[in-house]
Amino acid sequence: MSLLNVFDIAGSGMSAQSIRLNTTASNLANAESVAPRGEATYRARHPVFAAELETAAGGHLPLPSETGAAEGSNVQVLGIVESDKPLNIRYEPDHPYANENGYVAYPNVNPVEEMSNMISASRSFQINVEMMNTARSLAERVLNMGR
Amino acid sequence: MKISIDNALGLHPQALALRSERTSLLARNIAQADTPGYKSRDIDFQSVLAEQMKGTPMQGTLSGTNHAHITQATNGQGGYDVQYRVPLMPSLDGNTVDVQSEQSKFAENNMRFLASLRFVDGRFGSLVTAIKGE
Repeated sequence: MSLLNVFDIAGSGMSAQSIRLNTTASNLANAESVAPRGEATYRARHPVFAAELETAAGGHLPLPSETGAAEGSNVQVLGIVESDKPLNIRYEPDHPYANENGYVAYPNVNPVEEMSNMISASRSFQINVEMMNTARSLAERVLNMGR
Repeated sequence: MKISIDNALGLHPQALALRSERTSLLARNIAQADTPGYKSRDIDFQSVLAEQMKGTPMQGTLSGTNHAHITQATNGQGGYDVQYRVPLMPSLDGNTVDVQSEQSKFAENNMRFLASLRFVDGRFGSLVTAIKGE
């Protein structure tokens, strides 16, 4: 029954969004972490989402019941990439990790961007939870049919 | 007099199956709302149900005369098309899911699912009454 696919789909969405929340938390927590000289400074991390591989044959779009929610339905996290935006260079000559010119490299985390990312991820998570609840109540009603 | 359960239930069993299929499709759209390049998709409920009630699977409107022709996208079993939605406002990453409209469609679809369910339930109730003859 394809109603039960909703659980798989929403579950994969929730786990993907929680990974996104996790990277956001890590980015915000490390927004001001400076690495000692010679070590790589922390860079903002972001997950890459993808729809799980679709069947390529003939432009055929599979229905959820055909693929058993295994293909094309679930949200997959391909990996986590580090942002290659330039690091935040600040002039702080009295900082212990300053280089010989007095500059310190701070992470390239943009807190505003991260906050909006966090809100977006938590909203998407909520929507997935609601979807799951709805599917559950529908399935319950079906089970109670004819009583 | 013969009671046919299929006749008694009418089109509602098919409608229920299609509604649950659509629930799952819309759920997929909503779950993929943040996936770059994902295209929102849906089934055209009216035409699919009409075709199913006619008893003819909905395929064969295009005929391939050359082996290089792209085959029409149909699913193997009941023969209905999943179509891409015409995007209102595609985002830069190629995603065409509009979460708000998908959510309202999801809610509407579930309402209609429950309506069909209520009908089927009612018909079963009537059948039981007829069988018991009380």
